[in-house]
Amino acid sequence: MKRNIYILSVFAAFLLLSFSGCKPKNSGDAISGDAASRIYVAPGKYDELYNFVSGGFSGQVSVYGIPSGRLLRVIPVFSVDPEKGWGYSEETKPMLNTSHGEVPWDDQHHLDLSQTNGETDGRWLFANANNTPRIARIDLKTFRTAEIIEIPNSAGNHSSPFITENSEYVVAGTRFSVPMDDENGDVPIDTYKKNFKGTISFVSIAPTNGEMKIAFQLLLPGMNFDLSHSGKGPSSGWFFFSTYNSEQAHTLLEVNASKRDKDYILAVNWKKAEEYVKQGKGKKQKVKYAHNVFNESTHTATSNFLTEVTVIDVKDFPDIVYMIPCPKSPHGVDIDPSGEYIVGSGKLAALIPVFSFTKIKKAIAEKNYDGKYGGIPVLKYEAALYGEVKKPGLGPLHTEFDEKGNAYTTFFISSEIVKWNVKDLKILDRHPTYYSPGHLSIPGGDTRKPYGKYMIAYNKITKDRYLPTGPELSQSAQLFDISGDKIKLLLDYPSIGEPHYAQAIPAEKLVKNSVKIFKIEENKHPHVTLGEKNSKVVREGNKVHVYMTAMRSHFSPDNIEGVRLGDEVYFHVTNLEQDWDVPHGFAVKGAINAELLIMPGETSTLKWIPKKVGIYPIYCTDFCSALHQEMQGYVRVSPKGSSVPITFSLGKNTDVPDSLLNR
Amino acid sequence: MDPKNLSSKLSIPTRVIAFCCGLLLIVVLFVPLWRIELDAPQYPEGLLLKMYPHKIAGNVDIINGLNHYIGMKTLHTEDFVEFTILPYIIVFFALMSLLVAFVLYKTKKWLNILLISFILFGIIAMADFWRWEYNYGHNLDPNAAIIVPGMAYQPPLIGYKQLLNFGAFSIPDIGGWIFIGVGLMLVIAQIVEFKKNKYEKIQ
Repeated sequence: MKRNIYILSVFAAFLLLSFSGCKPKNSGDAISGDAASRIYVAPGKYDELYNFVSGGFSGQVSVYGIPSGRLLRVIPVFSVDPEKGWGYSEETKPMLNTSHGEVPWDDQHHLDLSQTNGETDGRWLFANANNTPRIARIDLKTFRTAEIIEIPNSAGNHSSPFITENSEYVVAGTRFSVPMDDENGDVPIDTYKKNFKGTISFVSIAPTNGEMKIAFQLLLPGMNFDLSHSGKGPSSGWFFFSTYNSEQAHTLLEVNASKRDKDYILAVNWKKAEEYVKQGKGKKQKVKYAHNVFNESTHTATSNFLTEVTVIDVKDFPDIVYMIPCPKSPHGVDIDPSGEYIVGSGKLAALIPVFSFTKIKKAIAEKNYDGKYGGIPVLKYEAALYGEVKKPGLGPLHTEFDEKGNAYTTFFISSEIVKWNVKDLKILDRHPTYYSPGHLSIPGGDTRKPYGKYMIAYNKITKDRYLPTGPELSQSAQLFDISGDKIKLLLDYPSIGEPHYAQAIPAEKLVKNSVKIFKIEENKHPHVTLGEKNSKVVREGNKVHVYMTAMRSHFSPDNIEGVRLGDEVYFHVTNLEQDWDVPHGFAVKGAINAELLIMPGETSTLKWIPKKVGIYPIYCTDFCSALHQEMQGYVRVSPKGSSVPITFSLGKNTDVPDSLLNR
Repeated sequence: MDPKNLSSKLSIPTRVIAFCCGLLLIVVLFVPLWRIELDAPQYPEGLLLKMYPHKIAGNVDIINGLNHYIGMKTLHTEDFVEFTILPYIIVFFALMSLLVAFVLYKTKKWLNILLISFILFGIIAMADFWRWEYNYGHNLDPNAAIIVPGMAYQPPLIGYKQLLNFGAFSIPDIGGWIFIGVGLMLVIAQIVEFKKNKYEKIQ
């Protein structure tokens, strides 16, 4: 009997073990032994690459060093940044101007570096604003935002600012279709199909100074334009846009825009469109949009409103755009370095279609169409298709390329990156990411010349990767080594805001051009103070202009009297330093905006309207020297109508009797 | 003693077992019977669905939220008539065990009835569980965002199964193990009785 019981209990124990045994262990995140040395950049040494990372809802762009993952700088672009006075100083306020007024925030999704012959050239970085449609140009000599242009006839500037291979254009495709700006927008939402339109803007870039101009807009059927990439090599002159919501839903898109088996990739022959515009074709449309430019020599931005765009209705020009069917709400549309293969990533598709540019051209030539969509010819899927990557993973989003003919695709739902060969479409490797990657970045991975040593995944979910910081966590980036056959995880690092797309460039392309100071003799600011002897305070009605200089370790002047309630005080502070890394800060008590952070040779202006009578301290906020704490002064504010005259001084101290001090 | 008399009565060890079974079944009322553990890359901490005799518990809301992508019906305790009946059935088996231990021990008949009905109940319960899993896994909203052709999301009855990005691991929880234990104990009790009879016959 005992034996039977024994057998039974062994059986029960076996049952228990076998259940827990059939649950697979976590795949684990073991990193290879040499990961630490691969990412180690010794103190004082430079990283190999700059990585420019979009800030998402932070509105800014962050700059990281790769492979160390060190944060080098956060460049203010679309959001105010009190730390740097961005959007607070009088000089930078116009940069955030739009047709809706000053917009202090935006959602910055994608970045693209300027290119020459399909290679990154390190001149400019372009950034989109998704919410209030804009494109910014960042000058990579100064790592500052140099220009912002608003996009009219657009809402949700998502498929932007992707660039052509000689930086002829950056594009801006509207995510939300909306009524055009010159139409009455006061229409019922359920008239979407009738009244809502999509546009794609081609914004030209001046080859010399990078200045942006809306060259023309294509008018398209109402749907959502998602992402884009320029053709290159053989497909140069073409641009590809992914679209979703070809169902034209205006509510519950998660269901109503997921119904059709296929949406479209839009192929745009922009060379052709450019020709038409040169011939004077297209309609001039009345719009209003802001164009803000930061002048390097005056250190001042100006904001102009433009009132016209050229719109080409693609229905009237049938040889500009074609639709390529692409399964299940495609997100990324990515072109391989050869320019021949176009990869569409259907968010909900169980395969990745790869289209061939040669076949697309052939299908167009042979009019191998499968009907029309909104007046646009739809190519037959098979006629454009090179092949499909079968069962790659779940939720494909974005693809980048290495120089060896491999593609790397992120999968949001199955939380992994899959490496596959572009030619034979075979899956070569897969690696989990932590967790759920959105975009990925391989240096030059969207150009003709990838630098396939590193790959960075920008994950959307962080959870347990770092020490917990309450409900709100940093987003997590992950660096991988892709130099070998197998993808190897090297590093996790937290990122700023919510990174979407990113760009990376070998450091040597930028380092040599990086500006160290602004030359004071080239400072053409209207309120510059060239030398302490020129510092002064001038009253113009109720405006008081303080022409102030900053030098280690004092402001000139640092004692100011004669300011009265009701005055607007402008502190025009010129940093006279001509030495690298000696910025000065400036702050005044009670100012309702922010500080100034003034680089050597630069002039910045803080507007201050004192609200109470009294003595107001001013001081330098950037630890500039051993006597930084001495860099301070006072402003006296007198009542309205006071007879205290404007006076200002530096160094004229009152003699203090020892008897008073020693009391 | 009269051997005939002896064999018809349950032995003390058997009655102790029946008593223990009764107590354990009362415990079952308060602990989860079954659990489905869900693992996904995005859920390193895992998600858990617990089935008590009277309710579903665990990360029900999160699981319902996720399941809407594939068009699975949301889970609600009220939708299962089983949760109103199950506690009574368990009480019934608990009382029955205690009765066998204290009142109905004069003949083996009641022990036999208890064991057979208990096993029958186990089989029916599992079949019912499978039926629910099948319905939830197959009756999907045709308007769901994610439709993978040919894909059903029926969780395993017992053991592990990969469903898209989720691994589902279905196993008994404390209550389920107690149930299995009670079943085994009743079998053991039968063996005890059988051996005793054989021994007495030889005598």
